[in-house]
Amino acid sequence: MTTVWPSLEPILPSVQKPARYIGCEDGAAAKPPDPSLVSWLMIYPDTYEIGLPNQGLQILYEIANELDDARADRAYAPWVDLEAEMRSTGLPLFSVEHHTPADEFDLLAFNLSAELTYTNLLNCVDLARVPVRTADRRPEHPLVIAGGHCTYNPEPLADFLDAVVLGDGEEVIAEITRVVGEWKATGRGDRTEVHLALSRLEGVYVPSLYESIYDGPALVATRPIRDDVPEIVEKRTVADLGDWPYPKNQLVPLTEVVHDRLSVEVFRGCTRGCRFCQAGMITRPVRERPADQVRTMVAKGLERSGYDEVSLTSLSTADFSGIDGVVKGITDDAADTGCGPVTVALPSLRVDAFGVKLATQLNQARRAGLTFAPEAGTWRMRQIINKLIREEDLYEAVDAAYEAGWQRVKLYFLTGLPSETDPDTLGIAELAKNCVALGKSKGRKASVTVSVGGFVPKPFTPFQWFGQNTSEELQRKINLLRDDTRRANGVNLKWHDPKATLAEGINSRGDRRIGRVIERVWRAGGTFQEWSEHFDIDRWTEAMAAEGLDIDWYVHRHRHEDEALPWDHLSAGLHKDFLWQDWMDALDEVGLPDCRWTPCYDCGACTGYGIEHRVASALPPAGGSQGTAQDLGTGGSVPVQLLGSKPGAGTTP
Amino acid sequence: MSAPRPTVVRFRYAELGKVRFISHRDLARLMERAFRQVKVPLAYSEGYRPRPRLSFGLALPTAASSDAEFFDVALDPAIAPHEPTEAEAAALATLIDDLPARLSAALPDGLSVTAAAPLEPGSVSLQQAITSCTWRIELLDVAVDDAVDRVRRIVAAPELPFERERKGKLSTSDVRPAVLDLEPLGPTGRGVELEAHLATKPTSLRPAELVRLLGDDVGIGRVHRTHQWMTIDDLRSEPLAAASVSPPEASNGPTLRLAS
Ligand code: SF4
Repeated sequence: MTTVWPSLEPILPSVQKPARYIGCEDGAAAKPPDPSLVSWLMIYPDTYEIGLPNQGLQILYEIANELDDARADRAYAPWVDLEAEMRSTGLPLFSVEHHTPADEFDLLAFNLSAELTYTNLLNCVDLARVPVRTADRRPEHPLVIAGGHCTYNPEPLADFLDAVVLGDGEEVIAEITRVVGEWKATGRGDRTEVHLALSRLEGVYVPSLYESIYDGPALVATRPIRDDVPEIVEKRTVADLGDWPYPKNQLVPLTEVVHDRLSVEVFRGCTRGCRFCQAGMITRPVRERPADQVRTMVAKGLERSGYDEVSLTSLSTADFSGIDGVVKGITDDAADTGCGPVTVALPSLRVDAFGVKLATQLNQARRAGLTFAPEAGTWRMRQIINKLIREEDLYEAVDAAYEAGWQRVKLYFLTGLPSETDPDTLGIAELAKNCVALGKSKGRKASVTVSVGGFVPKPFTPFQWFGQNTSEELQRKINLLRDDTRRANGVNLKWHDPKATLAEGINSRGDRRIGRVIERVWRAGGTFQEWSEHFDIDRWTEAMAAEGLDIDWYVHRHRHEDEALPWDHLSAGLHKDFLWQDWMDALDEVGLPDCRWTPCYDCGACTGYGIEHRVASALPPAGGSQGTAQDLGTGGSVPVQLLGSKPGAGTTP
Repeated sequence: MSAPRPTVVRFRYAELGKVRFISHRDLARLMERAFRQVKVPLAYSEGYRPRPRLSFGLALPTAASSDAEFFDVALDPAIAPHEPTEAEAAALATLIDDLPARLSAALPDGLSVTAAAPLEPGSVSLQQAITSCTWRIELLDVAVDDAVDRVRRIVAAPELPFERERKGKLSTSDVRPAVLDLEPLGPTGRGVELEAHLATKPTSLRPAELVRLLGDDVGIGRVHRTHQWMTIDDLRSEPLAAASVSPPEASNGPTLRLAS
């Protein structure tokens, strides 16, 4: 085995943040290169500081290294300065542990968490000295595979990936290792051989064994090219998170990364049923980690890592059964060690007073600001997206936050949602202004930051049929908000670039033809598309035009019910007719309760796989909100009463 | 009545190998975490975001290695009481003696704590106390004879005007007073090794700046700090001697001493 370190070391003093490339993290696997093992290179196709904290990658990295027949290293996309040096000196992509060239691994396994990293995936494969197109790879080349949320529509990357894993990777990683090990042991024959073996594993999709049939621009179907390949590839789901207490040795980086703290995943899946949220739809059902396991993982993790902050992660942590008890346990344990204060962080708060009570318990001394995600500005709109937060809930939450001493509140919203009207958009500004007024009525120097993102419809959601707003329309809505809040003291508006939203839209629901667009953008130098200084929408629109593909047709067009979707041959368990019904309900402004605490409506996520929710308590949480166990009839009229009762509030500043 | 001053301990450590690519900020975070890993509580600052009070000497440039780095840290009064009993004082002394080994075990490869000692009350901070550093600097793209000539010229120069950019403004100053001693030590695999004793105050000169003075065509390879010096009453001493390291004397290879 070779190492690039002697060639890399003299380059490092001249690049930005060289610590990105040295490894040495506590928790890094010490398993040395060994040709008898199946070797995985886990790659996050963005910078080290974004990729290192990724929990999915870390979990699989650790599990692979625990297998007797596998080992794993990690790699991240080199920043443009190092890439230029690598290309001029002929240095390949390398692992950070042993600085082994990437093409000496058996598998290059990418984590795909965002569409705008696709061009980086191609760049990493190319830097690994591996042909970017699957068809051009020979037996000696590594297998290029991917997992992560974006793989629920892997079609834009179909020409570049040998295999794709759908769903939880904890179990399938051992199965893939076995298949690749056999392929190696028999002398690495034709790649089709290993492709076929992989396609027999549940949850593994091999794009080259399927073909897409078109009728003009329209997709007719994507179907297997052989009889012995499954027509539909089903996702993998780990039934009990308690069986997988990973990462046990979370990586502790030497240099600053985006989430520089301990993370413990408290549950996976979410059945709140927000219709825009792909993560919630594809990770069903809810699987809670046993509370005592959470507490042990936190205590051990803090002790081992020396971190003084732990984040309890999930899609909605306040919904964890008995969360207040768990938090108390953690802070008690931390006090026992006597090594300074420990902060418990929740990724986002539930929009109600309970969420704030919880936050008060957590953040003792640090009053940095609280974040809520109402997602839409009016009750009508929130019924459409099934995020059933009443204005009352938000004002109670914000009120409680000010009471507890917070001065800064951050609110997350989406714009460009189905059937959104200008009054709906302006409702965002209204909410923000009312929150500021509430704070002022308490004599606080209240400030509210409003973060607005453009909505991108995602596969396997009820909104997968919706035509995304054009970037001009999104910009118009942002301008409306900007004008409306310009003179509103205390309201700070931030927004996501609508042009980046368009590029995401091209990839999100694209078919195989989009692969050529991604390749063009990459060849034109379009890497690091998540970074505004490197993003240029013209590269995307020019590539679409060059390929004769129509942006309107791909992004802005409403799909109809009987139309073939590029991901129809893949399954997250969800019945397509359930999703369609939910889409119709959305347009009728009809909400849907959380099936964790109310009867199952058979979306397919449990029923199809013979699994079920695993929750410690079948009762809705204390202060239950968002459409569960409460009268929602008053949704729209509440704020007037609420504000009327607060002196000094009710008028916008 | 002001609160009693907490016990401050001075540590010496080495930074070698791959970890030398981390930044100074990164290092402070690593040390903080190491104290929590060995469960030795530190005194925290007051305020909005309480932090342990670690203060370092002069920041080591990223990519340079060192045998002589230092930091001071205040211990939590709970383990270092202001007026300790005899038993408490003995326990604290043992704790401090054990800390270098314990911290080294918690730190990544390449970072090792080599000594620790309580600081006399009233000691000046490292930042104030350090007056000069000794470096080993690898010069690239230059032959030994050529390097010796260039060093001679620097040492012989009565003045060395040097242009620097600070906050977007160019200014020129004489850096000759900062060049205390230069000694070419002989060839390395890739270039020539130079030992340089450079002042940090009142005038300062960094290794990369010295290499620029030697000529635009000279490249810079490995940079290693061997000492940081304090000057007290005209006497030079290290902030804390390494427990087991004797002062480096003669090195191998041809040397040419060029005192200023
Ligand atoms: S199958 Fe039923 S219980 Fe399971 S997630 Fe779907 S609706 Fe909920």
